[in-house]
Amino acid sequence: MRYLDEFGDPDLARALLDDIHRTVTRPWALMEVCGGQTHTIIRNGIDQLLPEKVTLIHGPGCPVCVTPLETIDRALEIASRPGVIFCSFGDMLRVPGSGRDLFRVKSDGGDVRIVYSPLDAVRLAQENPDKEVVFFGIGFETTAPANAMTVTMAKQLGLTNFSLLVSHVLVPPAITALMESPVRRVQAFLAAGHVCTVMGMSEYEPLVEKYHVPIVVTGFEPLDVLQGIRQALVQLEEGRAELENAYPRAVSYEGNPVAQQVVREVFETCDRAWRGIGVIPMSGWRLREELAAFDAEKRYDVTGITTEESSLCRSGEVLQGLIKPVECAAFGKECTPRSPLGAPMVSSEGACAAYYQFRRLEPTPVTAWGTTA
Amino acid sequence: MCLGVPGQVTKVWEANGTRFATADFGGVTKEICLAYVPDVVVGDYTIVHVGFALTKLDEKSALETLELFRSVGLLDEELNVISTPTEPTSAAG
Amino acid sequence: MSEHLDLEGWSCPMPLRDHPQVVMGHGGGGALSSDLVEHLLLPAYGDDGGVLAQLGDAAVLAINGGRLAMSTDSFVVRPRFFPGGNVGDLAVNGTINDVAMTGARPLHLAVGMVLEEGLQLAELDVIARTMGRAARRAGVGIVTGDTKVVDSGHGDGVYITTTGIGVIDPGVDLGPHRVRPGDAVIVSGPVALHGIAVMSVREGLEFGSEIETDCAPLNGLVAALLASGTDVHMLRDPTRGGVAATLNEIAKSSRTGVSIEERAVPVPDAVRAACGFLGLDPLYVANEGKLVAFVAPEHAELALATMHAHEFGVGAVRIGTVVEEHPGVVVARTGIGGTRVVDLPLAEQLPRIC
Repeated sequence: MRYLDEFGDPDLARALLDDIHRTVTRPWALMEVCGGQTHTIIRNGIDQLLPEKVTLIHGPGCPVCVTPLETIDRALEIASRPGVIFCSFGDMLRVPGSGRDLFRVKSDGGDVRIVYSPLDAVRLAQENPDKEVVFFGIGFETTAPANAMTVTMAKQLGLTNFSLLVSHVLVPPAITALMESPVRRVQAFLAAGHVCTVMGMSEYEPLVEKYHVPIVVTGFEPLDVLQGIRQALVQLEEGRAELENAYPRAVSYEGNPVAQQVVREVFETCDRAWRGIGVIPMSGWRLREELAAFDAEKRYDVTGITTEESSLCRSGEVLQGLIKPVECAAFGKECTPRSPLGAPMVSSEGACAAYYQFRRLEPTPVTAWGTTA
Repeated sequence: MCLGVPGQVTKVWEANGTRFATADFGGVTKEICLAYVPDVVVGDYTIVHVGFALTKLDEKSALETLELFRSVGLLDEELNVISTPTEPTSAAG
Repeated sequence: MSEHLDLEGWSCPMPLRDHPQVVMGHGGGGALSSDLVEHLLLPAYGDDGGVLAQLGDAAVLAINGGRLAMSTDSFVVRPRFFPGGNVGDLAVNGTINDVAMTGARPLHLAVGMVLEEGLQLAELDVIARTMGRAARRAGVGIVTGDTKVVDSGHGDGVYITTTGIGVIDPGVDLGPHRVRPGDAVIVSGPVALHGIAVMSVREGLEFGSEIETDCAPLNGLVAALLASGTDVHMLRDPTRGGVAATLNEIAKSSRTGVSIEERAVPVPDAVRAACGFLGLDPLYVANEGKLVAFVAPEHAELALATMHAHEFGVGAVRIGTVVEEHPGVVVARTGIGGTRVVDLPLAEQLPRIC
């Protein structure tokens, strides 16, 4: 793909890595906020290629991981109802609620469908007027414009059988919470590139100011992630703390004003519980009052849910970068990708799943067989 | 939260007052919504997330970024940098 | 809960231990499928001759002084028609290939069909003709079969089960027991086509492109490889779960490690783009006309040359080597020089947004 493949060039990656190795003189801890960046790091083995002095802490940037247990349980309940078509992004299907997941609901006869785009859910509502279509609207700010548009369109089309179960989470409050925590290890952040595509960069200035921490807006291809890391490390070595944009081809300072406008019209800020972390004030978006007709939470009176998080699961501490997954007693034993206790072990970007992949890994000298592939 | 892929717009149309487009992602084509990028026209590249174009991709900026990376590589060559640890046998530079 | 079912040793996600039910993941070809087979079906079927426990794609049976290979497979794919083919192609080629992977020459097929009341006869006709054509093309005969009809609403259109038998010539000995550190790992051509072609039609994941299934019979390719003098140790076709699942299965059953070069794995540009778009890893996507071969290292070039000369091996590429280290584990060197473990997929890969 043009403007994608070039940003995975191995020679340029080597060049950036060499420069990083030359730059680093002291130990540093960086956090990449976004799950997509974690995925790139794991997929390409980037954290093994960095100098040992550099620690990458995988942040709570996986909306799948942080969707509150109660919300998942609510989703499961609604999805189980006859006459409901429950639509969700693929990532959410295996996230454990208190005792089951959406896959299990599907096998029990629930009409659960994976959609690529929220618009597919709107289409389903149009095509199935006798059913109630509910879309699981999770995500960071990146996905909010798309989710918001479903409400706008549903209104325009006069649909009465469509609603959204919203659980949006916001990045800047999460960074604040992490920096306010008494035990804080993170010295620089790689901000989520596509979140900033939508929201712009201005929200991060106050954070840089207040906490004197470098924040580098970073993309998702291997070279983008390496460049973000490189810029953050240069700042740290030079004692600077600034907001920088390492993803200028997709991020501008103002972001996307059209998207921001629509999002403001559909959502309002609220407190949000982050699974494993707790409530972070004003860190979520919910549907505005006047759009209650499209709010699945109001439409479906879901009562009597007792949430039951595994007592062994320490995902909260992992998500905050306070412990490494390997330090959790259940890691690799009761909790594995095949039998996950918490969300970070389910999601491919979750820190626990990532560490699980690496724990057995010693770099194997690959025997060359002649040609360089 | 972020799987945004660059695609080139090949066709644009309007339905119910909303702009849609066909975008080409390296050979895969898909219908996307242009509601959030009113200035995008055929030929432009956009970043698409869950079926929505979020921004026009700044091609000039993309090429400049790649140039920047190449210049880092040249600098490494000049300084005769030792290769990264996973390549113990390759010569420097 | 059944008193015979001991679920403690299963890898099923926690909820299944409390409410044991079949879930879609059990059919995905990954870890959940293995669980179902190893912990429920195997103990139930019993296994006097040790053949079943080998869990090969086909069973190798000693009969009357010779050896037969026998395999069965059920085809429940939805949609039934996809770019480049239909369920009929899969049903015939899939079983021919399973038999061929033992080194056997596939000879005969039996076809069982479960038809849903209401299925259009015109559609059944197309599927049946496709099957006949595919069998003839592969030089295999459909010799017996059965057809049943179930009530409307109970069947999903058509379910096809094919069983194939073939003859293994003397001297041919393939299997995990022959895999050795140093063996070359070769894939017969570009991967991930079938899975993406099918996904391109499936509800909610449509996109237009010229990606077609690679569904094809591989018995000719296998015969050519064996006739060339290549010391072939093991063959397997990477269907559900993709190349990743196959390499993992072989690494585990042969108790060796497998090391691959990610950049060497051939993926057509359009397929790579589709995978990138959906957030899928091509290594985990199904193939229906490819094989993975483990051959003696000194014959790697010969194997490649032989495959290149065959219609279905034109794009054959060496992707890795069997190693002594990390037995049972598959490790890939990534595009930028890092390493990552390529795990057995849990169940079917899901498109992601993160």
